Amino acid sequence: MKPWRQPGFWLPLLLVLVGGGVALVLRKDTLREMMFTLLMYVALASSLNILMGYTGYVNFGHIVFFGLGGYTGFYLISQHGWHLIPAALAGGLASALLAALLGLAVLRLRGAYFALATIGINEAARAFVNNFGPFGGPTGLFVNFAVYREYGGAPQALWLTYTLMVLTTLIVVGLSYWIKNSRFGLGLLAIREDEDAAMVMGVRAPTAKTLAYVVSAFFPGIIGTLFFFKNGNVEPGDAFRLQMSIEVLVMIMLGGNGTILGPVLGAAAYERLRGYLLTSPLFKSLHLAFAGLALLLIVLFIPAGLIGWLRRRFPFLRRWLE
Amino acid sequence: MLAQILASLVDGILLGFVYGLAAMGLSLIWGVMRVINLSHGAIMALGMFGTYLLFTHLGLNPYLAILLMAPASLLFGFLVYGVAVHRIINAPYLSSLLATFAVNMMVIGIGTAVFTTSLYNVDFSLGTVRAGVLALPGTRLTAALAALLITAALYLFLYRTRPGKAIRAVANNRAAAELMSIPSAQVLALSFGIGTMLAALAGGLITTFFPFTILSGSGYQSKSFVICVLGGLGNPLGALLGGLILGAMEGLIPIALPVSWVPVVEFTLFVLILLIRPSGLLGART
Repeated sequence: MKPWRQPGFWLPLLLVLVGGGVALVLRKDTLREMMFTLLMYVALASSLNILMGYTGYVNFGHIVFFGLGGYTGFYLISQHGWHLIPAALAGGLASALLAALLGLAVLRLRGAYFALATIGINEAARAFVNNFGPFGGPTGLFVNFAVYREYGGAPQALWLTYTLMVLTTLIVVGLSYWIKNSRFGLGLLAIREDEDAAMVMGVRAPTAKTLAYVVSAFFPGIIGTLFFFKNGNVEPGDAFRLQMSIEVLVMIMLGGNGTILGPVLGAAAYERLRGYLLTSPLFKSLHLAFAGLALLLIVLFIPAGLIGWLRRRFPFLRRWLE
Repeated sequence: MLAQILASLVDGILLGFVYGLAAMGLSLIWGVMRVINLSHGAIMALGMFGTYLLFTHLGLNPYLAILLMAPASLLFGFLVYGVAVHRIINAPYLSSLLATFAVNMMVIGIGTAVFTTSLYNVDFSLGTVRAGVLALPGTRLTAALAALLITAALYLFLYRTRPGKAIRAVANNRAAAELMSIPSAQVLALSFGIGTMLAALAGGLITTFFPFTILSGSGYQSKSFVICVLGGLGNPLGALLGGLILGAMEGLIPIALPVSWVPVVEFTLFVLILLIRPSGLLGART
């Protein structure tokens, strides 16, 4: 099977490319800011989906990798004068390394115990960074304005960051398709359905789970570095928000857990909905309550998410909506 | 030095009783229906604001206000169970995590709209009790006493009454309990109601000595997770002991380390206990 012949492969990529490309062509700052946030959530949701959607392990600590990778990358940029690209890769690698170490231990836990442990990891990481001297403690780190000179000024630096964000999103989405259709991915899906049975059938569950965890942790590290570089500062409160972890979970559920297009559409829809609720005078103060209501209705009535529901309802769409 | 250690220890343990009370609700719900109640913290915040409103606007004694809140929070628990939890009680646990979190978002969202996120406090004092080197605020002593009484009542309820025994039966084996003609849906609703009530009561007691915002609940919720794991997930009475351990730790750690390291130690311990003994230090038993 050639992946590019499959609509399920290129449809999500095309959506990301067109959505992300418009801002690059039009060169509008406001559009870029909006699309940056949107793509960031698309990439975070897609990367979490590799662990949660495929193996069924619910990770409340996805944002740990965003925060810690972001801190690492930002530290290298602001304190050691690294260029953005190697710093972002270093952030990703730091997250992946942490995931490998954590995964060996934590992935032995199943079900709700794993979910609880990831909540604990999130809280521990935030509290640790709060106290860690080199990372600036509770006040965090700032980027010196002179750093932008290397990129030809602040606007160019921001456009570069945005371009890298689009690229990262494309890679995450493409990779999640590739994994799902590979032998490795089929092993992960088997773990989701029944871990013991999968091991009996020859899936090396501990290795496969840890690898999925590492892959899903690598990208938040890159995204974190890009995000904090764009913001110009990083502090523990922004970097380890449990709320954000759960929002990403909600996006995946909205679009469809374990699908490829689902997290893309879910993240875009949730992010736009929140933007609308936050700016509309009627719902402004109640936006959280409405988001909660929407989540409750999805969980109770369409647990498979939008794409899952469409696939079940209209089987002929399955080729298109992977 | 010794006096200081003693003072911090007693202070922490008194607080630990209230922490334990809050965690008991979480532990009961987990033990009976295997649901991690992520609306726990929001309900604690509701308890805080309920006490605040009754105290400030009706001029009630805060303990009377807490007593009045008990039946109201029980009913609220039934409502949450009926609307958000009942439909997905047999679904994969991601559903129940997200459903209870949705309730959390709604409560916090409405609460933020009404109360904003500014700091409130219940201006109430019972003086200070002096015993040797110790100076204990009366409100903390009363709160610890109240937590003990509520725990005793819960114990009697679970072990001496028919509905309590039904709850333990359902926690043990829901299918078998149903075969013995125990109405499991009602028992689950009752457990969820009691869990909610315990959270609200703990929230109410906390208002008598700490200021609070609508968002305060989430910190106490995280502590409740740690306590549940210390005391054994699903073992509500172990939760009280877990609370005391956590309270003592919070009292003692600041002597050796800066206060801001306390959560690092707490949550690292939490993850370690989950890894080494997932059933908790005391084992899971309802």
